[in-house]
Amino acid sequence: MRLGVLFSGGKDSTLALQYASEKEEVACLITIISENKESYMFHTPNIDMSALQAEALALPRVTRCTKGKKEEELEDLEDAIAQATKQHRIEGVVTGAVESVYQTERVQRICNRLGLWCFNPLWKHDQKALLEELLEKGFRIIISGVFAYPLDETWLGKQIDTKMIDRLIELQMKYGLSPSGEGGEIETTVLDSPLFKKKIEILSSNVEYKGNAGVFTIEQARLVPK
Amino acid sequence: MILVVDMNWKPESLGYYEFVMPILVVAEKLDNCAVKHYLEVSKKDLGRCNKVILSGTALRDKMFLSNSERFQWLKEMKKPVLGICAGMEIIGMVFEARLNQSLEIGMTAITSVKENPLFTEDFSAYSLHSIYVEASDWFEVLAQSTKCIQALKHKTKPIYGVLFHPEVRNQEIIKKFIEKIN
Repeated sequence: MRLGVLFSGGKDSTLALQYASEKEEVACLITIISENKESYMFHTPNIDMSALQAEALALPRVTRCTKGKKEEELEDLEDAIAQATKQHRIEGVVTGAVESVYQTERVQRICNRLGLWCFNPLWKHDQKALLEELLEKGFRIIISGVFAYPLDETWLGKQIDTKMIDRLIELQMKYGLSPSGEGGEIETTVLDSPLFKKKIEILSSNVEYKGNAGVFTIEQARLVPK
Repeated sequence: MILVVDMNWKPESLGYYEFVMPILVVAEKLDNCAVKHYLEVSKKDLGRCNKVILSGTALRDKMFLSNSERFQWLKEMKKPVLGICAGMEIIGMVFEARLNQSLEIGMTAITSVKENPLFTEDFSAYSLHSIYVEASDWFEVLAQSTKCIQALKHKTKPIYGVLFHPEVRNQEIIKKFIEKIN
């Protein structure tokens, strides 16, 4: 089955891509670039990196910009999926949804309208186990956004490792924080994964942090041999 | 031991992660589990387990309905069975209930219509289906939505079906099935 993966370049969509590639043929990535930094549907920090990530993955990418207005952004997503269907003859869509019924039911409806299969291979998986799996599989992931107390600027740009996972679990117990950022507490950017043919090297970056929210923006990066 | 039957269109499919693993996340906390694809379920598997849970499938996956002869064991089954979505649809088909079209995606209001051990009150549940099971002489209706029957029980066997997905929301229904139904 030829599949298109909804791809933000964060850890969940990249792991979903990994699962999909192991079972079916991934024909393209589909990326929505949202102007709304508070979108309920789409990841925003370092979304521009998805071009370099797609190159590292050697996969074609269908992109669509959206103003990110609630529900209107879904029409943009539907257009992008329809375009991927036309260009790459996909028969189904894969998402990295883990917990969000809001996101998954909307993608399911779009796929149903377009006559496509919809897969959510990380759906309802244990969040700590998912983080550990990413490390076991050799993903290199950095924190590219923090949006909840007590996550502060010291987290931004840091690579996820076992110590960080332990710390996130502590914060889950103390503050009810979702360890994999399912409540939008954390956004991530993947710099390397088993499917990457080259890895991403960050050349310059910028940190902005204000009022319990911050973003690590990659300004310049390049692909280097693994 | 609980036998979780993978209802997806082929063994080891991409649907396994979405429709089987979330059941295991709940069930493995309560009992040992074994997973078998429906094409591979043997008499030995059915003899060894205490209970059976039939998983759901992707919305477009209706392959199991073309293989209903693989589920004729349900007619002889005396052990508890819980069919989730596709699992409920195949239970209905095996016991000759009519299947009909009805699309529900997302959170759905469920009205409890008959006292039963799995749930007692009305609740909201996650739906992902385009087919439902119509009322028939073999089943009593336990719950419904505004569109269709959402839960049923075989009148003489401990065989239950829920059209919604309790592994997504309402995981306690799976827990109650494992702990209370004998």
